[in-house]
Amino acid sequence: MKREAIANAGLALLLLAVPLAASTMGEPFYITLATRIAVLALAAVGLNIALGLGGLVSFGHAAFFGLGGYAAGILATHAFNAEPLFFGIPSTTSMPVIWLVAMLVCGLIALPIGAISLRTSGVYFIMITLAFAQMIYYFAISWPAYGGEDGLSIYVRNSFPGINTARPLPFFLVCYGLLALGLMLFWALRGSRFGAALQAARQNATRLAAVGIPPFRIRLTAFAISAMVTGLAGALFADLNRFTSPSMLSWHMSGELLVLVILGGKGRLFGPVAGAMLYVLLEYWLGGITERWQFFLGLILLGVVLFARGGLMGLIAGKERHG
Amino acid sequence: MSTALLIEQLLNGLQLGVMLFLMAAGLTLIFGVMGLINLAHGSLYMIGAFACALVAAATGSFWIGLLASLVAAAAAGAIVEILVIRRLYERDHLDQVLATFALILMFSEGARWLFGSFPLYLDIPPLLQGAVPLPGGGQYQLYRLGIITVGVLVALGLYLLISRTRLGMRIRAGESDREMIAALGVDISTLYTVVFALGAALAGLAGAMVGALQSVQVGMGEPVLILAFVVIVIGGIGSIKGALFGAVLVGIVDTMGRFLLPQALTLVLPPSQAALVGGALASMLIYIVMALILAVRPSGLFAAQS
Repeated sequence: MKREAIANAGLALLLLAVPLAASTMGEPFYITLATRIAVLALAAVGLNIALGLGGLVSFGHAAFFGLGGYAAGILATHAFNAEPLFFGIPSTTSMPVIWLVAMLVCGLIALPIGAISLRTSGVYFIMITLAFAQMIYYFAISWPAYGGEDGLSIYVRNSFPGINTARPLPFFLVCYGLLALGLMLFWALRGSRFGAALQAARQNATRLAAVGIPPFRIRLTAFAISAMVTGLAGALFADLNRFTSPSMLSWHMSGELLVLVILGGKGRLFGPVAGAMLYVLLEYWLGGITERWQFFLGLILLGVVLFARGGLMGLIAGKERHG
Repeated sequence: MSTALLIEQLLNGLQLGVMLFLMAAGLTLIFGVMGLINLAHGSLYMIGAFACALVAAATGSFWIGLLASLVAAAAAGAIVEILVIRRLYERDHLDQVLATFALILMFSEGARWLFGSFPLYLDIPPLLQGAVPLPGGGQYQLYRLGIITVGVLVALGLYLLISRTRLGMRIRAGESDREMIAALGVDISTLYTVVFALGAALAGLAGAMVGALQSVQVGMGEPVLILAFVVIVIGGIGSIKGALFGAVLVGIVDTMGRFLLPQALTLVLPPSQAALVGGALASMLIYIVMALILAVRPSGLFAAQS
């Protein structure tokens, strides 16, 4: 495990050092790129809780990513137009409040979705989570109040007390800080009694039930926590782009989130970070060489799935000892 | 609301259902026999539509185009199976999802590369142009009736193929015990390629037929793919009977929901709001139906024994 710890520290430092260097050299674009990595990594950390620890292959996490995004977008729009939300409650542009709302909404929606989806398993679980995400996607498209198909612009990036979030570096640091918190949550969960039960539910649900712990409740809790973390990342993503759109809810997004986790190595603490780095850099690098970058991204992805099991962390830090 | 309009909408629902069945039958067959979840099925649908549009434009005949769509999709399916898919049978569903997701990226971008982003158009063949009168007044497009007929014939053909032929016997044997039929000397890898190509051909046929109703463009397979997933999940994955039932159910519920819900809601809401809420609800309706069915029967209505 020592090699993995060194790799983790290296990745964490790299993700921090690049934007700091870019800032001193006056290259804000690279800060935005690093912010994108941090936010997508956080979303994937969320998914990694369900997928890596619980073995729950959710093909619908875009739902939570998008809901988080819409929470940020809707609150910002109401605050911008000085319209109260409902029952005269005023809206806000304060990020911490928006994050709480995003996480609360995602948690509350993940509970019924999880409760129904977790009745199934295997391929049914994959498809039913996909279907729920599509349901929310079509709702967002056909409901014109918040932009419908066109999405929702956030004219001024939401604020964080004491920090000028409009500038790239401070906003990056906010996202980086939240990513660090997300990773700590994952680490704490994995080592906790709850995490042990969750991993046991992945490995052998019958045995877990036999020792008196019902797997359903453990999985449902993990699914909700996972959704909340991904939702938080969605709120940040909306603020990063100053834009929320149904594409955040689309099944392509769900696929991308799965890809991030697998590219990096599922169940590994820094897997999502490594995956997001590789994905965003590939996107940027291939996009620079060819207009047809999606084709080559597909090709690389196919190669990774077929030939490089264990993902990037598997290559850097070797096989996991147990799993 | 007249009877003719109602019948027209019902037929539209049936036509959508039949088209979904062509997609879902292939998906469910591939899952049933090989245990593979294939996201790239929508790309095969797109390949069928493109092949039909291109060949029909070159030869001037829709029918040759239709034949070309079957051949092109089956060939693409066989090639993909041999190069990529057969490496995935022993993997878990997550790997299958990711690898076929990667295939979608490649097929979509590849099609954009070859044919550009502009949609192609495909004309309805002269034989099926025009409309037939409906009881209660009104007309119905002959071409859509043609699609329904093809769908019914394919369902019948698949039933005969699976229950009456040697190939069908092997497919059924493959569904119940893969190792055993391999041990009995059936060339299992050829069987898998054939099944995959068969599913691909059905998807290509669906794409070609729908191509004449809508435009032929990159990404056209994705909404249909997801609907087809809903269909096989409702019907029970691996069951062709379930796919048929689920497809017709989804087709009719979706079409009738879009037609009736906004009208029904005018009883309780002002018209502008009713259209809005009705439209939003209707677009979610099949997913709600699916969730309800799965909440009661977690492995679908006609789940195959596993």
